[in-house]
Amino acid sequence: MKCRELAEFLMDYVSGELPEENRSHFELHLTRCRNCREYLVQYEGCVKAGRMACGEMSDELPADVPEDLVKAVLAARKL
Amino acid sequence: MGSPTPVADEAALIAQLRAGDESAYEQIVRTYGGRLLAVTRRIVGSDEDARDIVQDAFLNAFKSLDRFEGNSKLSTWLHRIAVNGALMKLRTRKRKPEQSIETLLPTFLDDGHYEERFKSWDEPVDKAMERAEIRTLVRSKIDELPEGYRTVLVLRDIEGLDTEETAKMLGLSVNATKIRLHRARQALRTMLAPHLGAALPGTAAS
Repeated sequence: MKCRELAEFLMDYVSGELPEENRSHFELHLTRCRNCREYLVQYEGCVKAGRMACGEMSDELPADVPEDLVKAVLAARKL
Repeated sequence: MGSPTPVADEAALIAQLRAGDESAYEQIVRTYGGRLLAVTRRIVGSDEDARDIVQDAFLNAFKSLDRFEGNSKLSTWLHRIAVNGALMKLRTRKRKPEQSIETLLPTFLDDGHYEERFKSWDEPVDKAMERAEIRTLVRSKIDELPEGYRTVLVLRDIEGLDTEETAKMLGLSVNATKIRLHRARQALRTMLAPHLGAALPGTAAS
């Protein structure tokens, strides 16, 4: 298995969906290829980073929902 | 941190909503509005559109409260409605030509090796994400992804939908959805890498 093929299988590997036969080839390649190991770490890191930056506990959220939005929703509900 | 106050007793809140309790409506907008604004803004890329979409989402949700079966969490249900609204908005916009993602994907030599040698990041991602400027950077890079890839990444990796549901919402095949998610993640890695540990020049060796 070449690095190019490994890159194609990466997502299925990370989600545990790579069939057994491919997985053993994948993991064998990983033991021999520092560059693919590093790419895997960074690929998984990006998934995690996205979740942490934008997810439930993100500091992006305003502490308060804009007051005009609250008022607009409550007013429109009564129409 | 602006995380919403969790609703301790969702069933009680829903009962109050169904009884027409005004304070329950207000509580729901204040509790979930921030998250809904963030996710819709991430999809449509505009504060103004996000606000309209969220307003409509709440009104649609209130109108169809009877159809909320309680199988999912109230927040999940609201998110589905808002995300659908955001995707609808994208569809009604004048179609822009699809931006290419090719330049952000890894490239390979003829022998199948990566062209680039990947330098380890300076610190583990958990550690880097403790810094506010890195969290802001990650968000801005996600926002820079081409629309067709950004939406898949937001639905799968941030909203946590499964592949089938994401495919259905976007009108894509399961396979196309998987390919788009993979490319979106690869592109995000390319954009974040220079900030977390630059790639070394030169060719990789196994």
